[in-house]
Amino acid sequence: MASSAKGLRVVIGSFRVRVHCREKSFINTFSLLYQDFELSRSDFNDFHIALQRPLNLRRWYNRQIIFCADGQSAFEPFPLSHAMPLFEWGLNWFIARRSHQYLMLHAGVVEKKGSAIIFPALPGSGKSTLSAALSLRGWRFLSDEFGLVRASDGLLQPLPRPVPLKNESIGVIRKFAPEAIFGPQFPKTRKGTVAHLKPVWSSVENTHQLAHPRFVIFPQYTPGSETTLTKVPKHYAFLRLATNAFNYEVMREKGFFLVRNIIDRCACFNLTYSSLDDVCEFLDKLIAEDEKL
Amino acid sequence: MRSSENRRQARQLILRAVKKTETLAELTLSEWDLLIRCLRVSKLLAYIGNRLAGLRLIDQLPEQVQAHFDAARQLADYRKQLVLWELNRVNQALAELGEDIVVLKGGAYLLLNLEFSNGRLLSDLDLLVAKDDIEAIEQTLIKAGWETTQDDKYNQHYYRTWMHEIPALRHPDRFVEVDVHHSILPLSSRLKPDSNLLLNSSILVNNRNHKVLAPCDMVLHSSVHLFYDAELKVGDFRDLVDLHELLTHYSVEIDDFWRVLLSRAQLLDLERPLYYALFFTKTLFDTDVPQNILAEYPGKPDYLSRKLMAFLAPLGLMPEHPDFPEKKVSFIRWLLYIRSHYLRMPLNLLIPHLWKKAQMRLSAE
Repeated sequence: MASSAKGLRVVIGSFRVRVHCREKSFINTFSLLYQDFELSRSDFNDFHIALQRPLNLRRWYNRQIIFCADGQSAFEPFPLSHAMPLFEWGLNWFIARRSHQYLMLHAGVVEKKGSAIIFPALPGSGKSTLSAALSLRGWRFLSDEFGLVRASDGLLQPLPRPVPLKNESIGVIRKFAPEAIFGPQFPKTRKGTVAHLKPVWSSVENTHQLAHPRFVIFPQYTPGSETTLTKVPKHYAFLRLATNAFNYEVMREKGFFLVRNIIDRCACFNLTYSSLDDVCEFLDKLIAEDEKL
Repeated sequence: MRSSENRRQARQLILRAVKKTETLAELTLSEWDLLIRCLRVSKLLAYIGNRLAGLRLIDQLPEQVQAHFDAARQLADYRKQLVLWELNRVNQALAELGEDIVVLKGGAYLLLNLEFSNGRLLSDLDLLVAKDDIEAIEQTLIKAGWETTQDDKYNQHYYRTWMHEIPALRHPDRFVEVDVHHSILPLSSRLKPDSNLLLNSSILVNNRNHKVLAPCDMVLHSSVHLFYDAELKVGDFRDLVDLHELLTHYSVEIDDFWRVLLSRAQLLDLERPLYYALFFTKTLFDTDVPQNILAEYPGKPDYLSRKLMAFLAPLGLMPEHPDFPEKKVSFIRWLLYIRSHYLRMPLNLLIPHLWKKAQMRLSAE
């Protein structure tokens, strides 16, 4: 079906995503941020996404862009210049709504030496910044948003994507890792200024390799604090992990058993930190000690 | 491939999925790429997934395709649980009243344990009660915590004066809307089926504390809902599949089913919607409707209406190829939208209503 195959087909984690857009600014940003991603050779796509101008009168005086999935427009239009944040946000929304073959934890996930850390947290607690920082210090980055737990075996499916850093976090990561590559800054989005960090190549490359959950760590960025790790009771960790998932209820008893399995296998901690350098070193040691056991 | 061929392919695939589910294991990945999208937009992904699982074919499908069916079935199971729980809560709240409450549509198919109901993506709970009881029922539910979903005064007035249901109720702790009906058609519509006939013939479901409509009445309600009350849009295609499943199931289970169904339609003044139900299930899904029933149908719509509907309804109901939408189809859907309103209320009510709605939309913008 050559004629229906308009657009670029990209492998993003376990998903095959067809993206169609003619806007030059979007294409430029997309090709920078998704440069290392594999092109899909499959005839099957999990998501069909088109970003296009709405067909209304406003198009002449106020340029906008709409997000279409499967040929149907999905959200309110965005300003044309915000096509990239719209794409990322829209894809997240559709993944969260449709992918009940996974238990979808709302969490950042990183891995080192075969041990994955799950950072479940509410937005604003610093999980994106923390996962991004670790990815720039040699950790494998699985996601800053989705802990995808495969229902059949409880392993974590990577979904590396550009990390949308907000406001101060952008400067913090630029200073932390001057070599990090960013897309353009988007001022005045719903969440303030957003810039996307390009995921490191080694994380994108290993996207088919699932990870074993080993730690559940609830991060809390607290200015001026020492890096401290305190053990949390398992029942507490269970509830916080489950209630923070996108589809715990939809997964019904399967969801319960998947969360229980993770909590059984993981050591669970609260983490308070302020310095990214410190916390990276600290977690490196944690993994090294764990390996010795 | 030309776009007209692509469009035809989309229609053929979705009909094949319903009619010949057993052949789907042969599809190529690019056919699946199209069919999964068509099934999703017509709310049939979980239904077809369940049928494939019943045929033990699901494990033979490509892994990526299976994932979509797994996810859809997971969601359908969850919705089913939510709707049954809502019914449990409603029953508890209304227990003291002791009025008869009849569960309609999806909820009824679930209670009856009809095979196809497992995968039918439910969104709300529809109930039928006697008109005299409806106020007490509404007040009791509101006292027990349910809230109305229509705050607007005009909408409230419109529902209460012309509609066959009160504005949907929802409990703030839960997601399922409860639609309480006192009739199966708006009060303003041309057809006037007698609700008492439906309530009096309703049956108690085995081992359950609930009532559902008698089988023939369920078919008639589904027909009237689709061909007299709905806009015949893509989301309504699923209702035609329901009809196909109901007719297939009950024509085997009940003796002399077709004759009973027809005489019931006559009694309830619902011959016309039933005709369309029989005609379209037979034409699109080869449902086992005896040929002579359609040929000798007593209350057949006139020749022109039949031809027009035979052309318009499938285009409105069937999903379009998502990559090749047609202007023609949008126009046809607009015509069907007008038709649905025209059937629901006479012009002297309809025009002021549509005018008011347009004003409300404009002021909202």
